[in-house]
Amino acid sequence: MIPETIQALTAQLARDPASLVFLPLAEALRRRGQLDSALTVATSGAGRYPEMAGAWDLIARVQSDRGEGDLAFDAWTTVLRLDPDHIGAHKGLGFLCYRGGDHARSLRYLQRAAELAPDDAAVQTALARVREIAGARRVPGYAEPATDPLRAMDTEPDQALLVDQQGRLLAGDLRGQDGGSAGEAVAAALTGVTREAERAARLLGLGTWRRISLEGGPAHFELRTPTIDSVLLLTRGRHVPAGRLAMLADRAAAAARRWLEELR
Amino acid sequence: MSLSRSLTDVTRIPGVRGALVVSRDDGLVVADALMEGVDGQAVAALAASLAGRMRGVTTVLGQPEPVLLMLGGTEGLLLLAPGPSGLLLVAVAGPEVNVAELRLGILAAAGTAY
Repeated sequence: MIPETIQALTAQLARDPASLVFLPLAEALRRRGQLDSALTVATSGAGRYPEMAGAWDLIARVQSDRGEGDLAFDAWTTVLRLDPDHIGAHKGLGFLCYRGGDHARSLRYLQRAAELAPDDAAVQTALARVREIAGARRVPGYAEPATDPLRAMDTEPDQALLVDQQGRLLAGDLRGQDGGSAGEAVAAALTGVTREAERAARLLGLGTWRRISLEGGPAHFELRTPTIDSVLLLTRGRHVPAGRLAMLADRAAAAARRWLEELR
Repeated sequence: MSLSRSLTDVTRIPGVRGALVVSRDDGLVVADALMEGVDGQAVAALAASLAGRMRGVTTVLGQPEPVLLMLGGTEGLLLLAPGPSGLLLVAVAGPEVNVAELRLGILAAAGTAY
């Protein structure tokens, strides 16, 4: 798209910030390689229209182009929550999983994309390639059982908790001072943390919140938001260095994200 | 060391947009050193609210109040360190800040500013 068109779209958006013109403008900027600008426009549009799958798909494609696979994965997962049959999201997630070496999941997304768009030659080609690389075809109807992501990755039980936005426990547990289960109580205390952190990050110009770290006392804590509607809390004794705990939390969040996405 | 000196020490760290001393109970600004465009009252209120919520989590687990809280975003971070007398030392920084240096700076300020 020629720069004059981008200028015209930019002017149109400036005149009417609530206009849907942010979609073609961000796409035009993405195609021209102006990824920072494209992301700014798309994110602002998604802020105005948070239920619009197309806006999140655009964000995901820009983030994918920027090499931000985790963020693109989040955005496409949001797309599927809004529109479970969004072809672009299935294709995008298939590509990300392929790039990450998770061929089985890539196959699943691409198979769904092929079902939704049987005439899409690019999807058929990608599907054939991933099938070849995966080296095996699934028996129709077979699905691997989803394991509790926090227990599967954790050799020390009861040190991580995954809760939904309503404070309901999804997985894991934590122990209180008396050694008893404190998971439900902590889940309740975490209710609203996501909204609070989002609000603080937005109003203070910190962008999208990614983590909360707490240091002090006999234990340290890390909070993550694996998906937009879940919160993960991980804790370790203070002997675990802060950087290592942050890495453990990132890994747990990635496992939780995959687990939640499979459950859905 | 005075409050203003402690805040100045924190704001000297490259990437820091501002630092404040905030009353934990009501989220009011006690002292501040902020770059233009940073809304001190908003920072104070949000920081106090977030600190209170996270204190709730550690209380449920029978843990003491954290000595440091960091909220990390894609474009910056917020650091809080509770001090004595119901005060909080707060810093807002951009993504380019040396987190380790800021962490040490704010802990030192929280320990010496009151």
